[in-house]
Amino acid sequence: MQIVQVLSILISFTIFAFVIEVIRRGAFKEKYALLWLFASIVLLTLSIWRSLLDSIALFFGFYYPPSFLFLIGFGFLLLITLHFSIVVSNLSEKNKKLAQELSILKEEVERIIDKETISGEQQGPILNDDSHTSSDNPVIS
Amino acid sequence: MKILIIIPAYNEAENIGNVIDDLKRDFPRADPVIINDGSTDNTSHIGRSSGVGVIDLPYNLGIGGAVQTGIMYAFEKNYDIAIQFDGDGQHVAHEIEKILGPLTEGADLVIGSRFLGVDGYTMPVTRKIGRNIFSFVMSLICRQKLTDTTSGFRAYGRKAIELFNNYYPEDYPEVEALIVAHKKRLNIKEVPVRMRPRSKGRSSITFVRAVYYMIKVFLAVFIGLLKTKAYN
Repeated sequence: MQIVQVLSILISFTIFAFVIEVIRRGAFKEKYALLWLFASIVLLTLSIWRSLLDSIALFFGFYYPPSFLFLIGFGFLLLITLHFSIVVSNLSEKNKKLAQELSILKEEVERIIDKETISGEQQGPILNDDSHTSSDNPVIS
Repeated sequence: MKILIIIPAYNEAENIGNVIDDLKRDFPRADPVIINDGSTDNTSHIGRSSGVGVIDLPYNLGIGGAVQTGIMYAFEKNYDIAIQFDGDGQHVAHEIEKILGPLTEGADLVIGSRFLGVDGYTMPVTRKIGRNIFSFVMSLICRQKLTDTTSGFRAYGRKAIELFNNYYPEDYPEVEALIVAHKKRLNIKEVPVRMRPRSKGRSSITFVRAVYYMIKVFLAVFIGLLKTKAYN
């Protein structure tokens, strides 16, 4: 076994183990975990199974098979960052919507409260003045 | 006819009072609502004490998000017409009547243009060149003559309110909104209006900045052209 293979097994296993651990802790949402899990499994498999890596790499014209691992790793990173860009855009869109809805709601609530305090102020003095005479005063309507 | 005036304002404490006074005096039959886009000064307070509606966004969304908030409000409250009116005092309340006119003649979106009429509006040469390139490209895309694509003085009919309630662009919304409106076959109309030169504030656009701005807007426009699925 060449040092380069030991190194690639070590690295891909570390990534794999780390991904599994993060999933176990529930810190990943499933859909984000999937891409990472898949990437680490592919990298680990190709690192261990040298003859498979060699035949695929040679098929694509890579004379030094371990460099093919870099390409795969790079491809996955590209996918993952692209995925993140989409997710972030999505999140900011939702965030914007929330902010907009919230501010409109706040305005409506303020309007209702204002209306109530105004009508409350109008009723207040009348109620106080007549509280000692009669409970169903015609003034209050 | 219920008319809402959407006033996007970001740190406009100096101007917002005059804007509201203008509107109350020259166009009292509409309901003004200030969209306070996360201002750090007391724009919101001044608005409230003048008795108009104030919608406080929790953080700065930018002009696109602010205008859309107003349009969402118009949509929910069943306004027939929404008018976009800058909070910086650039727009003249007296001119609102002009951009309302075409709505009754079948237009869905009316733009108040500084450049259509004879009334001169002085601006730096760099902006003049930029404006010409803009209007040329936008006229090509929208297949109609457009002279003031960045104007924020607009009137929206019910159809436009419904469309922009669902989707309103963010980065350079005035320009991009025209493309959206065109693609959704809204009837766009431009009318000449007077505007005031910006009194207080930052209109210190250098040549390099102007070019940079133009490149960014064009990028946004072309991405906007590709975004056909976003509003369908």
